[in-house]
Amino acid sequence: MSAHRLKLFPKNGIRKCLTGIDGLDQISEGGLPEGRATLVCGPAGCGKTVLAMEFLVRGATEFNEPGVFIAFEETGEELSQNAASMGIDLPGLCARKKLAVDHVRVDRSEIAECGDYDLAGLFVRLEAAIKAIGAKRVVLDTVSSLFSGLANVNILRAELRRLFSWLKSKGITAVITAEKGEGKLTREGIEEYVADCVILLDHRVENQTSIRLLRVIKYRGSMHGTNEYPFLIGSSGLSVLPLSSLRLDHKAPTQRIPTGVPRLDTMLGGKGFYRGSSILVSGGAGTGKSSLAAHFVKAACQRGERALYMSSERSTDEVMRNMRSIGIDLEPFVKRGLLHLCALRPGTFSLETHLLTVHNLMKTFNPKVMVVDPITNFVSLGTHAEVGSMVTRLIDMIKSRQITGMFTSFTSADSLPDFSEVGVSSQMDTWLLLRNLECNGERNRGLYVLKSRGMAHSNQIRTFVLTDTGIRLLDVYVGPSGLLTGSARMTQEAQEHAEATEREQRLKHKGSELKQKRQQLEARIASMRSEYELEEKSLLTDVHEMEMRGKQIALGRVEMSRARKADRIRGNGRGPA
Amino acid sequence: MIPQNRKSKSTTATRKSNGEEYVLRLYVTGATSRSRRAILNINAICGEHLEGKYNLEIVDILQNPALAREAQIVAAPTLIKLLPLPLRRIIGDLSDTERVLAGLDLKSEPRV
Ligand SMILES: Nc1ncnc2c1ncn2[C@@H]1O[C@H](COP(=O)(O)OP(=O)(O)O)[C@@H](O)[C@H]1O
Ligand SMILES: [Mg+2]
Repeated sequence: MSAHRLKLFPKNGIRKCLTGIDGLDQISEGGLPEGRATLVCGPAGCGKTVLAMEFLVRGATEFNEPGVFIAFEETGEELSQNAASMGIDLPGLCARKKLAVDHVRVDRSEIAECGDYDLAGLFVRLEAAIKAIGAKRVVLDTVSSLFSGLANVNILRAELRRLFSWLKSKGITAVITAEKGEGKLTREGIEEYVADCVILLDHRVENQTSIRLLRVIKYRGSMHGTNEYPFLIGSSGLSVLPLSSLRLDHKAPTQRIPTGVPRLDTMLGGKGFYRGSSILVSGGAGTGKSSLAAHFVKAACQRGERALYMSSERSTDEVMRNMRSIGIDLEPFVKRGLLHLCALRPGTFSLETHLLTVHNLMKTFNPKVMVVDPITNFVSLGTHAEVGSMVTRLIDMIKSRQITGMFTSFTSADSLPDFSEVGVSSQMDTWLLLRNLECNGERNRGLYVLKSRGMAHSNQIRTFVLTDTGIRLLDVYVGPSGLLTGSARMTQEAQEHAEATEREQRLKHKGSELKQKRQQLEARIASMRSEYELEEKSLLTDVHEMEMRGKQIALGRVEMSRARKADRIRGNGRGPA
Repeated sequence: MIPQNRKSKSTTATRKSNGEEYVLRLYVTGATSRSRRAILNINAICGEHLEGKYNLEIVDILQNPALAREAQIVAAPTLIKLLPLPLRRIIGDLSDTERVLAGLDLKSEPRV
């Protein structure tokens, strides 16, 4: 983890403050600007408070940086309740002086305004809280409430400006939240004077599924991802999923792990899969895909490695029962905490949400191997391109964690595999094909290694049987006439088909890469433009203020000289001659 | 919410009452000119309109931040009318007497 983090520090430029929020540190290339204020804006319910809270809690618990939460909306109890739903003990953290929470109530119905004032009350309370716990981080959630509670916008603007520069002078890293405005980032135009980093959160419904999105609008002096990144709020807080595959620096795997079927290991150069590689197992109904996956998982658990098995088709009970019928009892592994079985229901969530679920499971359970059975059930959730990109990101996730992943793919019965079904075979390191074979009136199953990168693998079709003690690979498949011709031809065909699709995939990939680059470029241009506009606005405001001040000074001089003159005249009149 | 009988060196009470119908508290920040203006203004208003029936306490929040928190002070100066109910807050230097009187429910809102 820490090595992973260190890599995130920028090579040059400003100092950054890690948020500890999953994914956010990656897309912001190392966290928020240290000692500065970051503006987090978005509509109600988009997750501003959750993000701000997690920034403080992680700061306090993971980076030993105590934090002050100034809550304009929720009371301390409400915040504690919300935090508890994410497993955070807010009162406990406050008791240990890791956090301080101050609910600042601004109720317009109770307040009348009469003459000049400032926000010294807020300053004094904030300063006291900072001092009391030695805070390094501060959250103001949300400053929009100040504007709805107090009427004098000019005073508020000036005071917020003063507040932000005061925080800066104290070297505090702050997160300021504000409500999204019509056609601008915040209702009150706060983005004009919190200029270092601006993050926009959004909550949208797409294809009847709701999706949360995060975007770094601006980050002065730093590179940052310009895309909209989907994020989830769950029981472990907020996680942002970086788009892939930006990092191509996965270590090439060298270690090998058994497949769980000894004779399959033999077919794969005698040693099985590479650790951290991706394996596609495709075949028709009942060809034994899940059984193969169960062997793989069982072998991992027997080595004492944690395994994650995600079924997109059956309940976990069904999976266990089916596996028991071929003599694989997974229950002891579940009991020992080595195996996590879970059922994903493709229909109920978007692709992004599923990906995030998997991502979170990987993080919390930390498996060494994982299975998605079958991955084809997700196809209906998006276009080919979207599904393809989901698989790319999935593979990116497993590779960066050195997880060996097996994905099964359902293909229609006896034709050659329908290669367009997932559009992913080219991304997989190893591709196993399971087939029903008909010969001499006998039905057999056949297994064939279509490809396996980085190893000398068998090119033969092997028959196998499913017994009540598991999969058994038999000898080389012999065609109807006792010759290998039938299988040889099939092999040849399959191989040619595979090569053709792979070429096609690569071409498509290049095309989409180009498109993606173009989009990234455009997004960057747009972001630079909006950054420039913000800066221009704030400069203009500054200039205007300076002019005003200049005028006032000039006026003051005139008045003063008038006053002096009067004194002199009076003095002359009264003084002794 | 606001302790009624709390006394500290940062608060000074002006007692000119026997009935004490009006309990007021003015939160200021040290001896800035704005604070001084607010104090002068409220003293004048009380002297003129509440003679003999008020208790005014002045709190310096710079010396006692905890009191600012307890009383939910955001702006300074803030005048709080604790009694009679309902509780009212008037923020600012109290330079507009009519508005202050309206805020204290002593007069209806001035027409502008
Ligand atoms: N423990 C949790 N699990 C899942 N979702 C949660 C959890 N806690 C809060 N949420 C979700 O977070 C959202 C609230 O976000 P919040 O930060 O309060 O929004 P904002 O401050 O922008 O108005 C709600 O949609 C709520 O459903
Ligand atoms: Mg909120």
